[in-house]
Amino acid sequence: MAKDQFIIEVNHVSKQFEDGKFALNDVSLQVKKGEFVTILGPSGCGKTTLLRCIAGFQVASSGEILLKGEDVTKTPPYKRPVNTVFQKYALFPHLNVFNNVAFGLKLKKEDPEVIKKKVRRALKMANMTGYEERKVDTLSGGQQQRVAIARAIVNEPEVLLLDEPLSALDLKMRHDMQIELKELHEKLGITFIYVTHDQEEALTLSDRVVVMNEGNIKQIGTPTDIYNEPQNCFVADFIGESNILSGTMIRDKRVEFCGQEFDCIDTGFGENNPVDVVIRPEDIYLWKVQGDKVQGDKGPDAASQADLDEEDRVPKGKFTKWYGEVQSCIFKGVHYEMRVLTADGYEFLIQDYHEYLPGTQVGMLVRPEDIQIMKKEHYIYNYFEGEVLKNGKVWFLDAEWEVEEKQLEGFEAGDKVQVRVKFRDIDLQDYEEEGTLSGEVHFILYKGNHYHLTIRTDEGHDLYVNTNDVWDDGDRVGIVIKPKAIKIDRYE
Amino acid sequence: MNKLLQIVSSRRTWAWPYILFMAMFVVLPLILVGVYAFTDIEGHFTLRNFAKFFTHSEAIQTFLYSLMIAVFNTAICLLIGYPAAYIMAQEDFRTPKVMAMLFILPMWINFLLRTVATVELFNMCGLPLGEGALLFGLCYDYLPFMIYPIYNTLQKMDNSLVEAAQDLGASKWQSFWKVIVPLSMPGVYSGIVMVFMPTVSTFAIAELLTHNNIKLFGSLIQDYITTTDLLNYGAVLSLVLLIIIGLTSFFGDDDSAGGEKGGLV
Repeated sequence: MAKDQFIIEVNHVSKQFEDGKFALNDVSLQVKKGEFVTILGPSGCGKTTLLRCIAGFQVASSGEILLKGEDVTKTPPYKRPVNTVFQKYALFPHLNVFNNVAFGLKLKKEDPEVIKKKVRRALKMANMTGYEERKVDTLSGGQQQRVAIARAIVNEPEVLLLDEPLSALDLKMRHDMQIELKELHEKLGITFIYVTHDQEEALTLSDRVVVMNEGNIKQIGTPTDIYNEPQNCFVADFIGESNILSGTMIRDKRVEFCGQEFDCIDTGFGENNPVDVVIRPEDIYLWKVQGDKVQGDKGPDAASQADLDEEDRVPKGKFTKWYGEVQSCIFKGVHYEMRVLTADGYEFLIQDYHEYLPGTQVGMLVRPEDIQIMKKEHYIYNYFEGEVLKNGKVWFLDAEWEVEEKQLEGFEAGDKVQVRVKFRDIDLQDYEEEGTLSGEVHFILYKGNHYHLTIRTDEGHDLYVNTNDVWDDGDRVGIVIKPKAIKIDRYE
Repeated sequence: MNKLLQIVSSRRTWAWPYILFMAMFVVLPLILVGVYAFTDIEGHFTLRNFAKFFTHSEAIQTFLYSLMIAVFNTAICLLIGYPAAYIMAQEDFRTPKVMAMLFILPMWINFLLRTVATVELFNMCGLPLGEGALLFGLCYDYLPFMIYPIYNTLQKMDNSLVEAAQDLGASKWQSFWKVIVPLSMPGVYSGIVMVFMPTVSTFAIAELLTHNNIKLFGSLIQDYITTTDLLNYGAVLSLVLLIIIGLTSFFGDDDSAGGEKGGLV
């Protein structure tokens, strides 16, 4: 019986296109009746494909989709109890507003009087009363969107699918429509599945957010979960602004990063294990300190109580504090956004209601509960499958590489080996021709004092690179790995 | 100097050659047709030519027959052309360019040559020339003019409209009739006008494909105009044809409902 509580179940759905690329890769998702679920992700992450699979416009390559417990994986769209609001409205230009909204009801051959009543009610719901006779191309974008919503809800679907419905509207209109959609959801009580690339929209509207990237679901949770407790770097980076740093979990509730130890509230990451630490820019407290404090002083209570007393809003107590100098300060309307550089070379993004001008020496502090710990997905080394070649080179990443002779001691040509390369030891060149391999910068993460890049080679392999150089998303690079950076291990 | 430059660079100046051309080859001939229709051979005003047409049963019959042939040809072109255009406009159709090329390839050759070739084809296969051959030849010549405008409107149509129809409960068949067909009407109108009008006034194709056995209205006009003393009567027939064709083009113009235009007209 437990199954009945889900109106939609997506079980291990994959969608592979003809060119072999996966738009969806083993995606599973359950949606409860009456829920407002948002699928959020950058363009090309597969969110629209997932919605289209649920609507029936695309058929999943594998896996199943259940609607009210019934397998609809291969059911054509017109037989599914769902309706869609399309990104570009898709109103019928040859019909007026009334006939657009009545389209579905007329197909069902309902009584004309009933149709009239239902259409009027749907238009009223969408705040479009009085527009029945208008031609759709005389309506504004927002009005067309409302007609599109009326046209979908008039059929009383169990699930309403919305494919970036507000993306074509201007900012002000978008905010108004967000509120209207939320109200509509409450009034109708049906399930909404909403696709967007706008994180603010997702956080505002939904009961649950599904964050997707590259055809995978990265995290499912309530808006507060997603924001406050991101489970991986992608979510932390994609949702809101964040400081992401590499750290070490010393023991439960104790973490080390940027050269200091901090109390935190997370447990279960083991002892002395590498972790990623996320701190939201609004969670760091700032106060002004005398210049000499910045150098050297570390550890709890390094700031004199006098400094702190001046700043009432900074929490008092045994918090770990650290120091830096303000590099830049930008007014953002509600708050100021500052970049603060520590003596160790870590940069923090901080939002505060108070302005600290560039050059100001400041102390920083974060509450233990505002430190979010994430398991590191990969650490220090790239690992590749390789093979020793006759000419004393090693084959991996679909290329030949020179290695130091001592690495190959005890190996024979043809041996399968594990190749290890530190993130730091991969050099990126501006010109693709200068590298043994060429690839593209695929994902960039700023880790406070260095960039952590994901490089996708032309053959489709991913490798991780730590660098201090600034690259842009999509930059073409040549990849160089020096012989001494390559370590060869036997497979165990 | 400045003034000269102004004159040279003005749009009005550049329009003159075209205005002159139109006046010489479009407006003047039309006026001449009108003048000849209302005068007798000596140049005196008369309505006798019109009276002759309305009592001349052979001319009226030929006229009606030509209209009928044109209607048939247009209908056949539409029946063959619409599905062809529809198939070519499908997203998953891989070779629309090749298909379009195949349809347009015969148009590289002069239509008289093609018609002569058609005659030879019929002779070779031992098929009789006549009405069937005439319709075949007309259809062969005018089919591309039907396919193109329809293909254009279908191709520009937003596929999400079809998806929206299916989403609202329309089967493939229903979404075709309720969305695709109404939205492609501008293309259909263009196609109809482009096939119907030239078919009514065709004459060379009819002569060749029926061994001059079937006379179309175009042939009739040609006969009279080339006979000196019946030139004025020929002018009347031309005027009648012109008016009828003018009326059909109004039929195509009246579709503000369709939104987008077909492209060729």
